[in-house]
Amino acid sequence: MNSPPIKGGEIRDVDFRMNYVIDCEKVSKSYGNISALRDVSFKLDKGSFLAIFGPNGAGKTTLLKILSNLVKPTSGVVKINGMSLHDEDGEIRKNIGVVSHNSFLYNNLTPYENLEFYGKMYDVPNLEKRIADVIYEVGLTARMHDPVRTFSRGMMQRLSIARVLMPDPSIIYLDEPYTGLDQHAAMKLRDILKNLKKGDRTIIMITHNIERGLEVCTHVAIQVMGKIAYMEEIEKVDRDNFEAKYFKTVGEGHY
Amino acid sequence: MNYFRKVWAIVWKDIRAEIRTKEIFSSMFIFSLLVLVIFNFSIDLLEVNPLDIAQGVLWIAFTFSGILGLNRSFLFEKENDCLQGLMLTPIDRSAIYFGKMLGNLIFMLIMEAIAVPIFVVLFNIGIYDKIISLAIVIILGTLGFVTVGTLFSAMSVNIKAREVMLPILLFPIVVPVIIASVKSTGAILTGKPFDDIISWLKLIAVFDVVFLVVSFLSFEYIIEE
Ligand SMILES: Nc1ncnc2c1ncn2[C@@H]1O[C@H](COP(=O)(O)OP(=O)(O)OP(=O)(O)O)[C@@H](O)[C@H]1O
Ligand SMILES: [Mg+2]
Repeated sequence: MNSPPIKGGEIRDVDFRMNYVIDCEKVSKSYGNISALRDVSFKLDKGSFLAIFGPNGAGKTTLLKILSNLVKPTSGVVKINGMSLHDEDGEIRKNIGVVSHNSFLYNNLTPYENLEFYGKMYDVPNLEKRIADVIYEVGLTARMHDPVRTFSRGMMQRLSIARVLMPDPSIIYLDEPYTGLDQHAAMKLRDILKNLKKGDRTIIMITHNIERGLEVCTHVAIQVMGKIAYMEEIEKVDRDNFEAKYFKTVGEGHY
Repeated sequence: MNYFRKVWAIVWKDIRAEIRTKEIFSSMFIFSLLVLVIFNFSIDLLEVNPLDIAQGVLWIAFTFSGILGLNRSFLFEKENDCLQGLMLTPIDRSAIYFGKMLGNLIFMLIMEAIAVPIFVVLFNIGIYDKIISLAIVIILGTLGFVTVGTLFSAMSVNIKAREVMLPILLFPIVVPVIIASVKSTGAILTGKPFDDIISWLKLIAVFDVVFLVVSFLSFEYIIEE
């Protein structure tokens, strides 16, 4: 391993630990001449829950896509459990669950059939029972055998949460998971997230709802124009003034 | 073993959705029926020997209705970005290819199994003693068509003019398979000895293997953004 450059006698904390679950090093991504991510670096330990806030177009979704290997970064390296995403195989993907803007659900299949299909892809044991459990957990048992095409936006969102919970992944990415959920479902999701956190899972959640983010996370980040402008442990964050902090970081001149 | 279970799960999901909607099958079947009927009406079978044209008509019906099915194949994977969901799962990319390919193959073979009897009646051709060799040609020819077809279906799904682009990309490449299929179907229908047919069959089989290997190797690069 290369030691980090030391400039002008400055002494840095050098962290030699190798067991970060997510290790993102100088990741950049451009689409043509739009640069969606610029030099993003951060590390997350097992059991961390990172909440990312940021304005539209800040590159939050792009970051999650890169962390789940759906999009290759223009430069930089992502390591998951010490393995480079670049030459990953199914082993890494098995551990990652993604709730995205899109549901990844087949419109012509029922919730049961959708989950059965994805369950087989992940080799979920005791599949039938597991499906019934997660569908119950998101409150869709009554609609288990209707085609997903007939579902409302919020029901789709619940089902995609069930799809992600089913294989019990150790890393979970949630891209605005509260979108479309009614009050009950949102409370339920919050409880689910709190429960997930108790395990040793590592979670990254993007949300525009500051309150929802702060109530569950262990780390907070604010992403602006492709950069992580602020990242801090929750204990060191002044919760009451966080919203002001957010607006200051994003900058009045941003719009 | 596990790999094949996953491939089959992909096939089965497509079959399930198709049983519910019948979208792919009904368009393929109606199109092939139309082709057969229109050719049948436009040609005076008392003056033309049906065996001069029938094999060509049959394969026109198969390939053009096959295009309709292939156009839809990856469209369903694009709804709600399911293809991304699939790529996030731990399965090998090639399992996605084989699953989609087998699904397309099954849909086309079912369509063909129904179209052939209609063809036999319309063109008044006896195939009773030739069914097995005809089935072999149809299966091999359709396999060659579908192997590349599935690859190109995945490729063209992001293109706006995909209904036009798919046949334009696909036909020049599968033309050897189609010609060999037409020739061998003709040879079977006119009752040529099996030795005459076998060289055509070998040609189709070689193309099938080449297409399968090339598609298998390049699929991963095609679906990744
Ligand atoms: N496939 C793509 N092709 C071209 N540009 C893209 C693509 N995906 C994202 N971008 C651009 O990258 C930038 C970041 O987009 P991204 O979706 O990551 O933002 P975001 O922070 O998730 O925003 P939001 O809060 O609206 O979801 C935007 O300027 C967007 O236009
Ligand atoms: Mg986004």
